[in-house]
Amino acid sequence: MAQLFRPSSNTIAKVSIAFVVLLAASTLAVAYIMDRGPWITDVRVAPEQPVYFSHKHHVKDDGIDCRYCHTGVETSHFAGLPPTETCMTCHSQIWSNASVTQPIRDSWTSGKSIAWTRVHDLPDFVYFNHSIHINKGIGCSTCHGQVQDMPWVYKVNTLYMNWCVNCHRNPAQFIRPKSEVFNMDYKYPSDQAQLGAQLVKEYHVQSLTDCTTCHR
Amino acid sequence: MFRRKSAWVVVLAGVLGASACRNDMHNQPRYKTFAATDFFGDGRSERPTIEDTVARGQLHLDEARYTGKVNGKDVDYFPIQITKADLERGQERFNIYCSPCHGRLGNGHGMIVGRGLRQPPNYTDPRLMDAPVGHFFDVMTNGYGAMYSYASRVANDDRWRIAAYIRALQLSQNAPPDLARQQQTRNLRTGQGGPAGGMK
Ligand code: HEC
Ligand code: HEC
Ligand code: HEC
Ligand code: HEC
Ligand code: HEC
Ligand code: HEC
Repeated sequence: MAQLFRPSSNTIAKVSIAFVVLLAASTLAVAYIMDRGPWITDVRVAPEQPVYFSHKHHVKDDGIDCRYCHTGVETSHFAGLPPTETCMTCHSQIWSNASVTQPIRDSWTSGKSIAWTRVHDLPDFVYFNHSIHINKGIGCSTCHGQVQDMPWVYKVNTLYMNWCVNCHRNPAQFIRPKSEVFNMDYKYPSDQAQLGAQLVKEYHVQSLTDCTTCHR
Repeated sequence: MFRRKSAWVVVLAGVLGASACRNDMHNQPRYKTFAATDFFGDGRSERPTIEDTVARGQLHLDEARYTGKVNGKDVDYFPIQITKADLERGQERFNIYCSPCHGRLGNGHGMIVGRGLRQPPNYTDPRLMDAPVGHFFDVMTNGYGAMYSYASRVANDDRWRIAAYIRALQLSQNAPPDLARQQQTRNLRTGQGGPAGGMK
């Protein structure tokens, strides 16, 4: 009787063990990348908006403060999106005949809101509040990135729970002086660990990791 | 053999499923702030308040404080007390809401003016130097000519703080020797607006 297994079977067996391990690892890797990548999280994907509104032009080139438009950010959970009237304070006079600003005038005359597409959208079972973060020294750019360089806004963070909790466990990593919260060009100093710990003490920042902080 | 294959399929589907699916709880049948609705004709889930509604804490009986006028005339004193902290708050608010057009010095050379907006007057214009503080409050509250109202974005008392800061800008740039003193005596005469040193 011929031999059931040829010598080459040894190699095949070894290779297939390696193959199975690789397959399992790569499946997990693909799943992980998909989970964290733009395909699922929309990170760095800017959705289409009804008006070509550019933060780059308005914030960086024209020097307008975030709060001129996002008025709620210091006092409420919601940062607030500007009503058409806010656009009109300038665009009643400048770019007032351009076709790119036509939707603003249409909205103004018809009284219908401009329907912006949400870029950041937490699941409805998560509670988030801007004002507490702003008032405890967490800057816009820590969470939203360099918005002043974005012609169209996109997310720079996943907004996944591990992202929130990473900071909540140890806010000293990311805290900055309150006077710098709106400074979009803020750079963390090299002694952040030290400064952070000091600010955490000064502002009485707690480490909020109870589930009920965010799921209430 | 078959059992093993199908086990792999299940594991694979499980891994992909767990990573990829947003389930129903992510979007629950409630409105987030500003969300659109097709229930109301104007498409807004945010409802405007019914006319003549007075919310708690918004019964504004102090005419001077909430309209800047008494008997239809602009008041010439601060109806709230202005301390150093208030002045700093005024400066911050001014730089956010006014400086794009009026410039940080209030000279009318803001960034947006360079892009084609009508040039606002310099605050050191003699007419504005003499204007009562109530006028500044009124301009912010109701708008003025080409300038829109800022009442929806700048809280009532913050408008007084900005007015105080504008006074400080005026005085710091263009103080005729006795103006500061005049202002103080004016405050003393009316006996209001907190201590005469309110501009500190
Ligand atoms: C002139 C008005 C204006 C100013 C100033 C402004 N924004 Fe915006 N912002 C908007 C408008 C309008 C939108 C909605 C359209 C969009 O998403 O691009 C928006 C959207 C955003 C979003 C995305 C919101 C979402 O849908 O999730 C972020 C984040 C944001 N702004 C941050 C900032 C920051 C940070 C600053 C200050 C550096 C700033 N904005 C200054 C008008 C403004
Ligand atoms: C404080 C003044 C100001 C406000 C408020 C403002 N804009 Fe503008 N906008 C400008 C200026 C100045 C430009 C010209 C941009 C440039 O050349 O730097 C501009 C340009 C634009 C353009 C032309 C395309 C571009 O970016 O060059 C669009 C569209 C526009 N704005 C939309 C809006 C919308 C929508 C709002 C309200 C959410 C708004 N703007 C609020 C000052 C303003
Ligand atoms: C701690 C992180 C964090 C900081 C700091 C932060 N944001 Fe946000 N922002 C978020 C999250 C998370 C959302 C999504 C909220 C949701 O979906 O309910 C959001 C949403 C927004 C929106 C969309 C409207 C809304 O409120 O849902 C705007 C506009 C915005 N942020 C502007 C700002 C500005 C301006 C600042 C700085 C003054 C700022 N944010 C600081 C995390 C942050
Ligand atoms: C970069 C740091 C940072 C990130 C990222 C962050 N937080 Fe926070 N968060 C803080 C700090 C600091 C506080 C204030 C703690 C305190 O009260 O002392 C806070 C407080 C809160 C509170 C308490 C508000 C209250 O009224 O009790 C909630 C809710 C919250 N965060 C939700 C979130 C959620 C949801 C996310 C993710 C989408 C998030 N945070 C991401 C730093 C962060
Ligand atoms: C700092 C805020 C924060 C805290 C604290 C927090 N969570 Fe979350 N949690 C989130 C956010 C944000 C998400 C949504 C992530 C996403 O977009 O899928 C989430 C999602 C979840 C989900 C997933 C639901 C789904 O559909 O995937 C579960 C389960 C959950 N949280 C349980 C917990 C438990 C249990 C705790 C306490 C140990 C906790 N969370 C504490 C912010 C928080
Ligand atoms: C979008 C540009 C813009 C912004 C922002 C702005 N203004 Fe004006 N302002 C103007 C223009 C334009 C005029 C001239 C109006 C006219 O004469 O038709 C003006 C005029 C004025 C005047 C003079 C009124 C008079 O009697 O001649 C005062 C006072 C004033 N603004 C105060 C403010 C204050 C305070 C703020 C901040 C809350 C502010 N403005 C924000 C554009 C602006």
